[in-house]
Amino acid sequence: MNTLPSHAVPADPNRRAFLRTATLAGGGLLLGCYLAPLASAAPIVDVPQRRKPDEFVPNAFIRIAATGVVTLVSKQPETGQGIKTALPMVLAEELEVDWRDVVIVQGDLDPVYGRQIAGGSTSTPVNYENFRRLGATARTMLLQAAAEIWQVAEGECVATLGTIVHRPSGRTLGYGALASKAAERPVPDATKVVLKTAKDFALMGRRIGGVDNAAIVAGEALFGIDVRLPGMRYAVYEKCPVFGGTVVSANLDLVRALPGVLDAFIIAGTDDLTGLMPGVAIVAESTWAAFSARKQLRVVWDEGKYANDDWRGFIAQAEALADAPGATRLRDDGDIAAGMAAAARTVEASYRYPFIAHACLEPQNCTAWFKPDGSLEIWAPTQNPAAGQTLVTAVLGIPKEKITLHLIRSGGGFGRRLSADYIAEAAAIAQRVSAPVKLTWSREDDMRHDHYRPGGFHFLRVGLDAKGRVVAWRDHFVTFANARTRNGKTELRPGSGGHLSPDEFPGRWIDHCRMEETALDCGIPMGPWRAPGANAFAWVFQSFIDELAHAAGQDPLAYSLALLNRRPNATGYDVGRMTRLLAHVADKAAWGKKKFPRGQGAGIAFHYCHRGYVAQVAEVSVAPHGALKVDRVVVAVDIGAQIINLSGAEAQVEGSVIDGLSVLAQQELDIRQGRIVQGNFGDYPLAGIADRPTAIEIHFLQTDNPVTGLGEPVLPPLAPAVCNAIFAATGVRIRQLPLTQTSLRWA
Amino acid sequence: MGIFTLVINGARHDVDVAPETPLLWVLRDTLGLVGTKFGCGIGECGACIVHLDDVPAKSCRTTVASVGKRRVTTIEGLGQPTRHPLQQAWVELDVPQCGFCQPGQLMSAAALLRENPQPTDKDIEEALAGNLCRCGTYPRIVAGVHRAAEIAAATPAGKKERT
Ligand code: FES
Ligand code: FES
Repeated sequence: MNTLPSHAVPADPNRRAFLRTATLAGGGLLLGCYLAPLASAAPIVDVPQRRKPDEFVPNAFIRIAATGVVTLVSKQPETGQGIKTALPMVLAEELEVDWRDVVIVQGDLDPVYGRQIAGGSTSTPVNYENFRRLGATARTMLLQAAAEIWQVAEGECVATLGTIVHRPSGRTLGYGALASKAAERPVPDATKVVLKTAKDFALMGRRIGGVDNAAIVAGEALFGIDVRLPGMRYAVYEKCPVFGGTVVSANLDLVRALPGVLDAFIIAGTDDLTGLMPGVAIVAESTWAAFSARKQLRVVWDEGKYANDDWRGFIAQAEALADAPGATRLRDDGDIAAGMAAAARTVEASYRYPFIAHACLEPQNCTAWFKPDGSLEIWAPTQNPAAGQTLVTAVLGIPKEKITLHLIRSGGGFGRRLSADYIAEAAAIAQRVSAPVKLTWSREDDMRHDHYRPGGFHFLRVGLDAKGRVVAWRDHFVTFANARTRNGKTELRPGSGGHLSPDEFPGRWIDHCRMEETALDCGIPMGPWRAPGANAFAWVFQSFIDELAHAAGQDPLAYSLALLNRRPNATGYDVGRMTRLLAHVADKAAWGKKKFPRGQGAGIAFHYCHRGYVAQVAEVSVAPHGALKVDRVVVAVDIGAQIINLSGAEAQVEGSVIDGLSVLAQQELDIRQGRIVQGNFGDYPLAGIADRPTAIEIHFLQTDNPVTGLGEPVLPPLAPAVCNAIFAATGVRIRQLPLTQTSLRWA
Repeated sequence: MGIFTLVINGARHDVDVAPETPLLWVLRDTLGLVGTKFGCGIGECGACIVHLDDVPAKSCRTTVASVGKRRVTTIEGLGQPTRHPLQQAWVELDVPQCGFCQPGQLMSAAALLRENPQPTDKDIEEALAGNLCRCGTYPRIVAGVHRAAEIAAATPAGKKERT
């Protein structure tokens, strides 16, 4: 495909979506589009669409054959979040086709599709408006084609289920029959095409099953780890257990002589802790031969400078900093000293949470094929294919245009597959093997070489006035960084998910507020983990605010509402939306109206992140000896005007609640001698089927706000809602995660 | 190496592999039956569950030599000749998220329904305790097993299967 010069159209003043269109010589149509609701959204590049005669291919995502078959391209990586179903639904809705007649195909990495990243809950907000216009533009052209054939006014025609109907005469023409005529039409101005009104939506808002479900339940090859190619080899890759360690030597000759082993070699790698790390590759005739040979592999490592990293040591370092000034002052409003001095009383608490792993059920893997012409073909379960391409180019010098990358369904992502380390490893191994090669990580590789959610410590002190209101707030947040030296200066920038925004609630809502941050240097690689930052901060602040409410002798909901509404016009935080959501969840959960016996109780929490507003009430039972059961979680969600796929949206809520509970209850990583101690599900347990809450009730508040995504915002408030409920039930306050750190015994 | 004769989903396969090779990798790499998943390799996640003579077994912990004459049923064989009620229920209720754990969940659930056509929530929790789902599809798994029990009870095929 060749790239055409773009026909620049001035952006409209609101920076809302607009599209640019052009007609190609030869009858092909193109329709590129810009959409920039988020700073990171990239323009889609105009390219001519390959098109067979009689086909209608109005843009990169829609193809209508003369037979009437409608093919829609899913461009986003699918990791279980349901985007392969949701975005094609948006197209199909506006295109007016029968969902049962649609074929959905996964797009490769291709600039024609624009941004292809499944992260930050952005797939929906970046594409929703755009995809509606893409569908509506195609529908308009089909309407015009039919009107032209019949020589009638376009306004007398309607599109319905893949057919154009001429209302006065009752004549009909299917989309297939119209395809070649529609392809000759000039493309209408996509900013002016008529979009459907919400009340006419036939598909969006309904429960639609995932498009791959039938293949999943039949056990068809779908996932990265299932990729099989003729002549394929199987590889494993051993890295230093201490992050950043390098290979001194390895018993390669012995390993090469083992059964089924084809080759073993050292890869020098780089010093980028989230890039291509040094290690030893074993290439074999089967996964098991590679796994078995690996048991005989002996590597002498230079463990580097992080061999003393130790979780207990980090705790001690952090605690020593509790009252010290932070390295960075994130926010310093009013006069903290005067505020504290004037307070009627002060409340102090320290909160701590561990490093955690992503533990996607499908271990990291990637298949790569380096061909004699110097090109590289990659099959990757990834959330961020472009990052894979970029990293491979950077570390192996293979030019971008020589890399083809196929997006393969991922067995979970949760942020882990935004990183590209495993893609670079597969590519580096493939460069040495003249055949396709599949790299498979063991579960232990996956857990011990993750890019982790950083642990953290919050040392909080708050001044309350005589009425129990917060007048002064001080938080010293101790977090983690991988030190980097640039131009002779050492930088300690917190890792992904380890930086606190100065705007985090309730910072801006308090007159005398000081938020400080200090990062401890470590070698632990960090990366985005579902709702980065929020997944920990919501627990800390929503738990502590609950403590303050109890200290003030007030109802936690009323206390939160009063705090929130002190500053109704916070930029980028719609206090009105959150207030309405809290009222809604309180109503649905009958907050404050239920009498619980000792050992049972309810907790409330709310959080705004990733453009989504969420409030939750959890009800728990704690047995006298401390066993916890979550009885009910009521979730109220405001993610804008439209839920695209109700079933998918509910699944994200259910999954986020259970994921949140899984992390809260038992997940933690220990670090000793620079190594992650836990290696598999035996010592890093996931919630099981019996741990699920007895009931999860979901309420979507559809509000007149931009439509956004749901992969992340429900997770953060779960942990504080449950912890606040535990306090209500037992009087035990949880200030350390996971729950296994604290006895819940109350009798 | 050695030649092992396996009967998988009703078909006979002779495989030439080391005797300690886990059945999981024979299925996936040697035979290309990749529906059975690798999740942990140590019997902790349940993604690799198959049936040996209708009894669920973790194929990552089952050496090929130990299979003997037992019939192997994998997810690919579950719906043969007609789609299993569980597969129908899973699609109907949109159970999968990423889907990676689901073959294992389905195999555990199928063994349960064979023994206990009308299981309670507790029965389901016990039978599926060894199947982890990172995506948290458990509420729908429970609903899916109940729905499959209903489908099986309402169809002649289901009745036949239970006799
Ligand atoms: S792979 Fe066998 S139980 Fe996890
Ligand atoms: S559906 Fe993803 S692990 Fe179960």
